Amino acid sequence: MSVATSAPRNYLTEGTSIRSWLLTTDHKRIALLYLVTITAFFVVGAIAMALIRLELMVPNGTMINAEEYNKMFTMHGVVMVWFFLIPSIPTVLGNFLVPMMIGARDVAFPRLNLASWYVFVTGSLFTMAAMVLGGVDTGWTFYTPYSSLFSNGHVILTIVGVFIVGFASIFTGLNFIVTVHKLRAPGMTWFRLPLFIWATYATSLILVLATPVLAITLAAVALERLFHVGIFDPALGGDPLLFQHLFWFYSHPAVYIMILPGMGVVNEVICCFARKRIFGYEFVAFSSLAIAFLGFLVWGHHMFVAGQSIYSSMTFSILSYMVAIPSAIKVFNWTATLHKGSISLETPMLYLLGFVGLFTIGGMTGLFLASLAIDTHVHDTYFVIAHFHYIMVGGMVSAYLGGIHFWWPKISGRLYSEFWGRVAAGLLFLGFNLTFFPQFIVGYLGMPRRYHVYPPEFQVWNVLSSAGASILAVGYVLPLFYLGWSFFFGPEAGPNPWGATGLEWRTPSPPPRDNFDETPIVTEEAYAYAAPEVAGG
Amino acid sequence: MRHRRWPVAKSEPLLAHQFSDRTQQVEADSLGMWVFICTEVMFFGALFTGYALYRFTYDAEFRLASHPVSFLLGSVNTGVLLTSSLFMALALHAAQRGDRRQLLGFLWVTAALGVVFLAIKLKDYSDLWDHGLVPALHFAPDLPMPPRAQLFYVFFFFMTGLHALHVLIGVVVLLGLSWLAYRGRCSPADHPTVENVGLYWHFVDVVWVFLYPLFYLMGRSS
Amino acid sequence: MNEFEWVPPRASVNAIQVDALFYSMVGFTALVCAGVAGAIVYFCLKYRLGSKADRRQLGRRYLPWEFSWTAIPLIIAIGLFFWGANLYFDMFRPPADAQLIYVVGKQWMWKFEHPEGPREINDLHLPAGRAIELVMTSQDVIHDVFIPAFRIHHDVLPGRYYTEWFTPTTPGRYHLFCSQFCGYAHAEMGGTVTVMPPADYAHWLARGNPQPSMAARGFRLFVEVGCSGCHGENAAVHAPKLAGLYGSVVHLSNGTTVIADDRYIHDHIVMPGSQVVVGYRNLMPSFKGLVTEDEILELVAYIKSLEPGERSAL
Repeated sequence: MSVATSAPRNYLTEGTSIRSWLLTTDHKRIALLYLVTITAFFVVGAIAMALIRLELMVPNGTMINAEEYNKMFTMHGVVMVWFFLIPSIPTVLGNFLVPMMIGARDVAFPRLNLASWYVFVTGSLFTMAAMVLGGVDTGWTFYTPYSSLFSNGHVILTIVGVFIVGFASIFTGLNFIVTVHKLRAPGMTWFRLPLFIWATYATSLILVLATPVLAITLAAVALERLFHVGIFDPALGGDPLLFQHLFWFYSHPAVYIMILPGMGVVNEVICCFARKRIFGYEFVAFSSLAIAFLGFLVWGHHMFVAGQSIYSSMTFSILSYMVAIPSAIKVFNWTATLHKGSISLETPMLYLLGFVGLFTIGGMTGLFLASLAIDTHVHDTYFVIAHFHYIMVGGMVSAYLGGIHFWWPKISGRLYSEFWGRVAAGLLFLGFNLTFFPQFIVGYLGMPRRYHVYPPEFQVWNVLSSAGASILAVGYVLPLFYLGWSFFFGPEAGPNPWGATGLEWRTPSPPPRDNFDETPIVTEEAYAYAAPEVAGG
Repeated sequence: MRHRRWPVAKSEPLLAHQFSDRTQQVEADSLGMWVFICTEVMFFGALFTGYALYRFTYDAEFRLASHPVSFLLGSVNTGVLLTSSLFMALALHAAQRGDRRQLLGFLWVTAALGVVFLAIKLKDYSDLWDHGLVPALHFAPDLPMPPRAQLFYVFFFFMTGLHALHVLIGVVVLLGLSWLAYRGRCSPADHPTVENVGLYWHFVDVVWVFLYPLFYLMGRSS
Repeated sequence: MNEFEWVPPRASVNAIQVDALFYSMVGFTALVCAGVAGAIVYFCLKYRLGSKADRRQLGRRYLPWEFSWTAIPLIIAIGLFFWGANLYFDMFRPPADAQLIYVVGKQWMWKFEHPEGPREINDLHLPAGRAIELVMTSQDVIHDVFIPAFRIHHDVLPGRYYTEWFTPTTPGRYHLFCSQFCGYAHAEMGGTVTVMPPADYAHWLARGNPQPSMAARGFRLFVEVGCSGCHGENAAVHAPKLAGLYGSVVHLSNGTTVIADDRYIHDHIVMPGSQVVVGYRNLMPSFKGLVTEDEILELVAYIKSLEPGERSAL
């Protein structure tokens, strides 16, 4: 059964050879190329985590030994951060939607877009080779001098892969910035843009400005490892803390790359399923920029006990509190959007409401970590792990899945099964909380990160967490099946099954190669929903 | 020069399909180059930060270590690169007038000066090699060096080497651009491409203007 | 230690204060999250599609709301910052009479040295009720001394000395973990902190084979390794005298001045050429590899013990 048999020519049917896919410059096809690739990496990272959670069921687990365990959590971090989360929404939903949402035919530099996918795949081959050849055990953070002088793993090979993949990020970010600035349709002023575009734009700023610093930092580690020249070796006058400063200067903004796009999706879905305009459009828009800006100023909160001066620590702490404020503004605006709406709870709405709740918990626990006195206790414990998983998984992955479901009819031209969608969303929410909430508790108790054995009094919490992980796994696997099935066998969706505003919904599903037959002219605000007629009122 | 010698310009599409008009394309290309230059600033910025930290920590030793670095070669190279930027600007001016002959000539001079820069840099590096001052590959100084000298030279080679790589890429791009111009893409409407290449070249020049005092002028005033 | 815990033991003065802040923030977080979640659930129910709720839109006066929910979190955030920063600041100001304990972390064990003499591997005995200051370094990679019961953490770096201090309050046995990934046996690089009533601690110190104090061991090294050859009283070489050195201001040949602290002495032993004292030539050989980090700490303890005017005996 072929795809979209009765639909007119669309981007999926224009050329069906492998060559037409591998040499495409159509942003929509590139989005699908990325979708397949990052899903594969998600599976790799998830398998690593499954092994870890199995090992942690007992305090003195012997399923995998210490060295294998260290390689597992490193692989989990490296793959999930650089090969899944950072690309996820920008390269899949962003690539697919940004041109359509602004009324353009494609991104500003379509060939650069394709190049970014190839660069991504090339980089990933290096890192996967490192994994296959025996792995690396430094943790995704590569702290020196362990990574530069002591580790016996394939550090350089892994670093080369991450270095290359960074360029894919930079190309994508550059493309989006120019696209949003220059290719908006007539009448699409900045303040009529969907907030997903604002969020993607802010993310792109971080992508292009932070990633180069990572590249140089990792190159320096590779140099140190190859030649032992002393950049980070105290015996030769080097400073291991310099690595941490440079690394976190990138990696903290990177976590905002890993949440801002999710925040962008929230706006689209909540407004659609509450049938209401966003509350406080300008505030939500500017808060994205504020997060991007302030996110560059807080990297030292990863180093409160690393040996930096207490005055540096204090500065980073107060700034870390500041960066929470724009996020809080968003949460309150989203909640207020629901007020006097007309709310229905389709699958995307379930995912995104889950996002708001879980992101709030994750964000509030960030305040604990911003507090100097509390971080002195919970630094490098499971409390930190729980915090960032609430944001990255409870937040970003929920938003990613919710967004995939929301735009699935547009991407595939098909409808998925609402029943299974809701089941998956529910399983994810339940499984997620059971997995990660106990980690707050065991973290405050003092269980450090990156431990494959632990004192017996921590076992109960670890068992709860592993049990939750098994439920979470089902929540992840289900969509692969019913979405995949619907791509070929689902009922046709039509142009706008949700009745959503936004230019992308004014095209057929799936859209034609150039998105719009003629360039749309924008005359109204974003989210111009009319409240449906209410019975009796 | 008789016009008939040059290839006749092909009628290639000037407007890529994602753009609605030529102005949009020109502005997008220009913005793209500016954003790219911002990423390059962050690239070099990370290295400047590391260098600044160690320069501040080991001030006296870095000064001592920098003595063998050739003030003459560095200064000549600065002149070479600045002059090349002048010719790049002249090339852009020629492109804006649609003067193919001048455009080609100025592009070639710019590229040639870039090559001269790289040749002088090679001599600079080989002199340091003779002194045994190349970390990792041949670090056995024949002059008395303070303990932190190796760190100084790590940054010297890393930063000037990264810069030289950018110069090399720039030379290749200039040659590619001059090929395009030779093939006829040199009407005034094509000048934005020259402008963007020029932006890149001037940026590479500006990075050198920062590298030069840090590595070649250190200690000269004291 | 119990088989099941849900709150960590509270065994230091600092732990009580940190817990107060932590549980206050837990309460505040619960309030905010319940508020947001509650509002979402309430709105989803009241304003569900087809319900008869009043949806007449308010006028577009959203600025007061925006202002409130920007300003109030900001004020609360600043308050929380000050609370945490205040505690943190105290964590870095040990009292002058704190008892020092020297710590060396190496892959994959901890060495603790009491100045009175006893040396411990992975286990640490401490008296309750006294301020304890750990002076810590690493021999190889970055490790971290983490004692959850004291709510305290600090990284230990090679080539640097860092300190953390606390006042244990409750006798008992508590976990000590390495909390910065350091390689293969990172998870096994831990031990036990045993807090004892002061009398028991004094008894523990005194029992067993009497050990020379750290300073005494340092003096023995001073002679054995060869330091006294240049720095001793009757040395023929013109080398700085060490009596009264610790804590004094030193002028270096590059024009800077430094305080002669633990790190200064450590660096002189392993990298003497990096800081030549004004008026002396760069003749001191490096002892890197000839003394371990804990032996360097003993040498430091010895040099610390030399009062001005005291003769460093040969």
